[in-house]
Amino acid sequence: MNPGRLGSIGLAIAFLSLAVPAHAATIEITMENLVISPAEVSAKVGDTIEWINKDVFAHTATAKNGDFDVTLPPKKSATSVLKKAGTVEYYCRYHPNMKATLKIEP
Amino acid sequence: MFVRWSAAIAAAILLSSPMLLQGARAADKLTDPQIAHIAYTAGVIDINAAKQAQKKAKNKDVKAFAEDMLRDHEAVNKQALALVKKLNVTPEDNDTSKTLSKQASDKLAEFDKLDGAAFDKAYVANEVAYHKAVNGALETQLIPSAGNAELKSLLQTGLKIFQGHQQHAEHVAAELK
Repeated sequence: MNPGRLGSIGLAIAFLSLAVPAHAATIEITMENLVISPAEVSAKVGDTIEWINKDVFAHTATAKNGDFDVTLPPKKSATSVLKKAGTVEYYCRYHPNMKATLKIEP
Repeated sequence: MFVRWSAAIAAAILLSSPMLLQGARAADKLTDPQIAHIAYTAGVIDINAAKQAQKKAKNKDVKAFAEDMLRDHEAVNKQALALVKKLNVTPEDNDTSKTLSKQASDKLAEFDKLDGAAFDKAYVANEVAYHKAVNGALETQLIPSAGNAELKSLLQTGLKIFQGHQQHAEHVAAELK
């Protein structure tokens, strides 16, 4: 095994650990009684959002910038993994008074 | 002159007072079984209006609005049925429910004669007025009169969601102009 190869394996490992952060978190966002809470959440790229709809109504989590559009049937949950950094405002397409913000750090 | 004035005043009162209130005012304080009946009837009326709109509407925003009405009002009514079952309450027909149903069937017949853009406009304008009336009645009569806490809470959720419907209807109505 030559040193060059070792180096590239090392690089590959370093790259992998960058691409898949060890501490990706799962963050719960709940929709209940036509309110999204918390109304503002900070997360990191790679984190998973668990959307929980506790209402008897169908809701959506729809990003204003088009980054995501999750449909949540009554009393159901869904997850999505954050892929892009930025401050994303989102709302429910069916009940546009339901609004919240997701701050996604790189 | 006097006759003219009183006619104008009568017309103004008729136009401005939500129809729900007229029926209810005649009766004494509403009971929970009556409130449940009124709320459920009000939901059924909007569901039927939405079903008619799904068949007749042309504009895509109007169609989408009708779809939202169907989904939400069916969800609320399903919840209302589950609640009256749980509380072992039999919804009780009353003058307000009867007035509402009569007015609604008249509207359905009236709108059935309309087509295309004329239907779209009439349906959405009526949805604005209808949600306004229902929300007014919820706020000033049904919620304050409700005795059972769970019924009150369901009505409050209803009010919140119907206020959204009213805004949505107003928005669609403005777009249609």
